Amino acid sequence: MIAALPTITPNQITFLALAGLAAMMAVGVVALNNPVRSAMCLVVNFFVLAFIYFTLNAQLLGITQILVYTGAIMVLFLFVIMLLNLSGKQIFPEKLDAKPVIGIAVGLGLFGLIASQVLLPMQKITKINAEYAYGSPQAIGKTLFTNYVWPFEVTSMLLLVGIVGSILLAKRKI
Amino acid sequence: MQDVPLFWYLALGLFMFTTGAVGVVVRRNPVVVFMCIELMLNAVNLTFLAFARYSPTLLPGMAESPQTWMTGQMMVIFVMAVAAAEVAVGLGIIMAIFRLRNQVDVDDMSALRG
Repeated sequence: MIAALPTITPNQITFLALAGLAAMMAVGVVALNNPVRSAMCLVVNFFVLAFIYFTLNAQLLGITQILVYTGAIMVLFLFVIMLLNLSGKQIFPEKLDAKPVIGIAVGLGLFGLIASQVLLPMQKITKINAEYAYGSPQAIGKTLFTNYVWPFEVTSMLLLVGIVGSILLAKRKI
Repeated sequence: MQDVPLFWYLALGLFMFTTGAVGVVVRRNPVVVFMCIELMLNAVNLTFLAFARYSPTLLPGMAESPQTWMTGQMMVIFVMAVAAAEVAVGLGIIMAIFRLRNQVDVDDMSALRG
């Protein structure tokens, strides 16, 4: 496919390198047996994804991705892996049954279906319609606190409920 | 990045989404299943951002506003917030199940009662 392109620009090389790393790490999350290694692969995947957001000019969301996902969520995952002590007998050896075969078949079917029905008609779109600074903190803040202020408030309520729920679940006796 | 087509971003998002879906079906460790769900959420975030940049939606209520390309970014922000809440609660549930039953195999968690 790459050879079929007339010329390949440095931007495209950058994107392909980032996308290849992200795809490899995504496969690593699923394929590796040790959950800590899966978590590390996911950290790298989220970090690379932040740079892909930068290539989309969504700077604020890329930084938020690094802060929220690789910073907060993955630390939470690693704490839970540590607390569950999943290193010894809890690393489940994959059973030799039909589940991986069925799972991969379903995945391939899903991939083929979405690729043929959704992606192929969009092959021709190359024109960028958003304005250059659409991902700047200024633009996002302005939109978030004017047009989207009610969803923003609802999200804050959701986070509050999440905090209460996780504290409740962390009690010794439920 | 002026010369990367929309298709490439969508292809990466689709690959990550299907990988996460396969992981949810195949893996037996609930923490890894959660990681795969995070992977799927991030794939959708990437798709939102790519669409926001290349073909912004013109919603009926937003038609008079010039900033129609902000909708995808707003969705990504809300998905991130919901994912953070979901991870906090979900990992708490996994910890509670582990304390209660001392084993966390998804295949064995078929009983709805505690």
